[in-house]
Amino acid sequence: MLNLIDRRLIDHLDWSLILLVSSLMTIGLLNLYSTTLGETLNGVPIYLRQAIWFSLGFLVMFLVAFVDYRHYQTFAYVIFPASLVPLLILLAYHLMTGGVHRWIRIGPISFQPSEPVKISLVLALSRFFSKNVKADGYLLRDLIIPFFGTAVAAALILLQPDLGTAMVLFLILFSILFFVKIRLKSFLFLTLSGLATLPLVWNSLKGYQKDRILAFFDPGLDPLGSGYHIQQAKIAIGSGGLTGKGFLGGAYTKLGFIPARHTDFVLCNLAEEWGFVGLVVLLVLFLLVLLLGLQISLRSKDRFGAITAFGVVAMIFWHTFTNVGMVLGMMPVVGIPLPFLSYGGSSTITVMVGIGLLLNISMRRYVF
Amino acid sequence: MKLSSSHSDDLKVRYRYFVIAISVFFIFILSRIWYLQIVRGDEFLQLAKNNRIRIRRVPASRGMILDRNGNILVDNRPSFQVSLVPEDIDDLNQVLPEMSRILHMDQKELRLRITRHNGRQPFYPVLIKSDISREQLAFLETHKMDLPGMVVDVIPRRSYSYNSLASHLVGYLGEIDQTELNEMKSSGYRQGDFIGKTGVEKQWESSLRGVDGGRQIEVDSVGREVRILSSVPPRPGNNVVLTIDLEVQKAVEDLLVGKIGAAVAIDPMSGRILAMASSPSFNPDLFASGICREDWITLLNTPFHPLQNKAIQGQYPPGSVFKIITAAAALEEGLLTPDETLECPGFFTLGRKTYRCWKKGGHGTVNLRRALVESCDVFFYQVALRLGIDTIAKYARQFGFGKPTGIRLGGEKPGLMPTTVWKQRKYHEAWYDGETLVSGIGQGAILVTPIQMANMISAIANGGILYRPQLVQRVEDVNGNVIEQYPSTVMSRVSVSKKTLQIIRQALRGVVEDPRGTGKAARIEGVPVFGKTGTAQVVKLETFEEMENEQDLPIRYRDHAWFVAYACRQNPSIAVAVLIQHGGHGASAAAPVARRIIEAVLHQDHPLHKRIALGERSSAESN
Repeated sequence: MLNLIDRRLIDHLDWSLILLVSSLMTIGLLNLYSTTLGETLNGVPIYLRQAIWFSLGFLVMFLVAFVDYRHYQTFAYVIFPASLVPLLILLAYHLMTGGVHRWIRIGPISFQPSEPVKISLVLALSRFFSKNVKADGYLLRDLIIPFFGTAVAAALILLQPDLGTAMVLFLILFSILFFVKIRLKSFLFLTLSGLATLPLVWNSLKGYQKDRILAFFDPGLDPLGSGYHIQQAKIAIGSGGLTGKGFLGGAYTKLGFIPARHTDFVLCNLAEEWGFVGLVVLLVLFLLVLLLGLQISLRSKDRFGAITAFGVVAMIFWHTFTNVGMVLGMMPVVGIPLPFLSYGGSSTITVMVGIGLLLNISMRRYVF
Repeated sequence: MKLSSSHSDDLKVRYRYFVIAISVFFIFILSRIWYLQIVRGDEFLQLAKNNRIRIRRVPASRGMILDRNGNILVDNRPSFQVSLVPEDIDDLNQVLPEMSRILHMDQKELRLRITRHNGRQPFYPVLIKSDISREQLAFLETHKMDLPGMVVDVIPRRSYSYNSLASHLVGYLGEIDQTELNEMKSSGYRQGDFIGKTGVEKQWESSLRGVDGGRQIEVDSVGREVRILSSVPPRPGNNVVLTIDLEVQKAVEDLLVGKIGAAVAIDPMSGRILAMASSPSFNPDLFASGICREDWITLLNTPFHPLQNKAIQGQYPPGSVFKIITAAAALEEGLLTPDETLECPGFFTLGRKTYRCWKKGGHGTVNLRRALVESCDVFFYQVALRLGIDTIAKYARQFGFGKPTGIRLGGEKPGLMPTTVWKQRKYHEAWYDGETLVSGIGQGAILVTPIQMANMISAIANGGILYRPQLVQRVEDVNGNVIEQYPSTVMSRVSVSKKTLQIIRQALRGVVEDPRGTGKAARIEGVPVFGKTGTAQVVKLETFEEMENEQDLPIRYRDHAWFVAYACRQNPSIAVAVLIQHGGHGASAAAPVARRIIEAVLHQDHPLHKRIALGERSSAESN
């Protein structure tokens, strides 16, 4: 098999990125083991299920890394609309059953079709901006297509309703726009238009989503629901102190005061058990992954690679920043997983595809 | 496209910005973590140690249910419930004997309740006893210091001003079950919540239910409240105003006491229900604090199902009331003229089988009017044969038979209107003429509900409009502002000519007024009443078939008695359907009940009559 692959690619594999990702995964797994001790999903311990997802993620990462990313460029405009098909299926199902589901179940595996859209959007935007270069910066009229594509995907996701993921798509788009240089006027216009659509977005939110946002500004508004969660998360994190209560010692999180303690609020347990020191280590690891990603983008030999790598960095950054900010009570609860730490198959695979793309771009910087 | 050097330089500048931006974000986050874990770490550690912050729900009171005149049918009363937080109790042996003495509860049972986990969150109170007496409350409060972990809450409970009155309409509450919880979790429901299980309580659950409030309190090491950190008051639910009239409802229910059956009184010009009752009935108060096992079993084992709302869920053969449909169909199809006469020798022979008239000697030569007035079976056997079952079914469906009326009460049954296709599909058999014959007089496979009967006679009264029976007039908030109005809804119009309706109406008037009419018992001096009797046969064992005297039969083999009618002063003001299950004959068992219901509504001084005659009519018609 290795004979089929250019030896130089193996030589240029970014081991530091793999090491960083592996470290984050190990921390994630240990933390998940601690926070879900004794809990199972369909009879399988949660940490074990996540270990399987991580293994699959690694496999996918290498698969993605070893297929020349220029192929992804060729098929970017096919991949993006194809990734929206499951969303349409889900929407049709919603209309038929009147129910609300974010998942498509195939046998024992559930998958969240909104997750791969993030990657396919990065690829489509990268292709668009690598083929349409405006050295002086993009004008509003140049951005109609990427904006429309993102809006369609975000709208389909918002209908599920998954506010967090829809928001991430726009954050990715805006990050890339900055990266490829948008004219100041166009940027201001887009920002103002975005603000103008806020009432529309607000009205399309479900009651509980509105409550979460309102509770952020005034936790007293919903002391039993969102306000309660914010308050309890703060107690759990704060009680960790400088060095934490030690591995398996995070009683507060484990006793069930924290909602979604193995998914969106998974950081609480880590903060409680490893304290300030633990969080600093974790955040530094994240910072290094992001900086390394930026470096890969900078060193990329072509514009598509540079934008793709940057898009992946933006995706991981916004996930990390939004999740941590939410758990720390710095922003409203929107339901976004923390990469490498939150339990979840679809999000794990999506992030690992992103890492695979980074490795891909990194190891081909000398090839052509 | 390869990166040119200019692109590269251009991007490099922005890379620097991004590195700075990411670093700033991380510093921002780290400073927040520093604040939470280092600056306020000790404080949070203290709070975490005993979970010093507790959340207590303050349940919202449900909205009231009122009649059309604002009389409160269902309200709330304060009730005290005592719970224990197991995590706050060091020594159960100290607390349990005292609790068991005050609350008269078995110590073993108490211990079991506290030690059973049941997926309870830590520090979440375990309910020990609801609805404790004021004496018990006083005792508990005075012994508070010896009872660590004890929590007493004031909970609003349903209170029924008129006991079992309209119980089938308002429905009852029950603890949310797992399936309901899964479905409604996102709407804020939690384990142990009470939700509407039947009737208006269920159908208008989202309106009646308020929004719970809560208190964030700081407690001491044994769970006693130290101070309230913040509180949000609950928001009471909206009030639901029904279309029923308390006085009429009372009258109807009184008339059904000791009987099995149902009665529906409806405003034929709007479809608004004035009264609807089902007997035997139940007291919804049994469910207010969670029904005990014994009461539940008693209710289930009571004969003739008190929990079933027979007005919408009971399906019975319509008996001779159905002759109205047969008559309408025959006139419309031109298969019968009002003056045509047919012979009734007391029996009718089809093939080798003889079908009898209820009047053994026969009615002689009869026309349609007389056939309806005296309810001649043989006349309608012959008419039914001319029509065929599918044509009869076509008209029956137009009058609302064979499908739910659409009343928003839940659990409504559709009844059954057979056709040749139905039989083929269900039994893989052809339809026989004999079946058509008995169908023509409302026997055989046809099944109807009392509400369908009321709707049918309303359509005769109002000129052929089928309204959706309506039970709720409006929903109001706690300040009386109208949140939602429910105008009357026309479901369909019967394609029967005015002339046909007029002929039938005249005959129905004769049923009550004519000396030989079967509905004489419904006659009211000075009030034109239009009605039709029905006696629906119940399948009997052979042993009982030849018994002449109904009273000698076991109750479950006695026939069902029907009477449908409408009455008016100027315009039709009321339509009623009465079913007395196993009551015997419509003429003797159901018609007098219908008469007294009409009297209750059309009573000279009754405010309802005036209102129907003046205001509501016009608005209903405009809809």
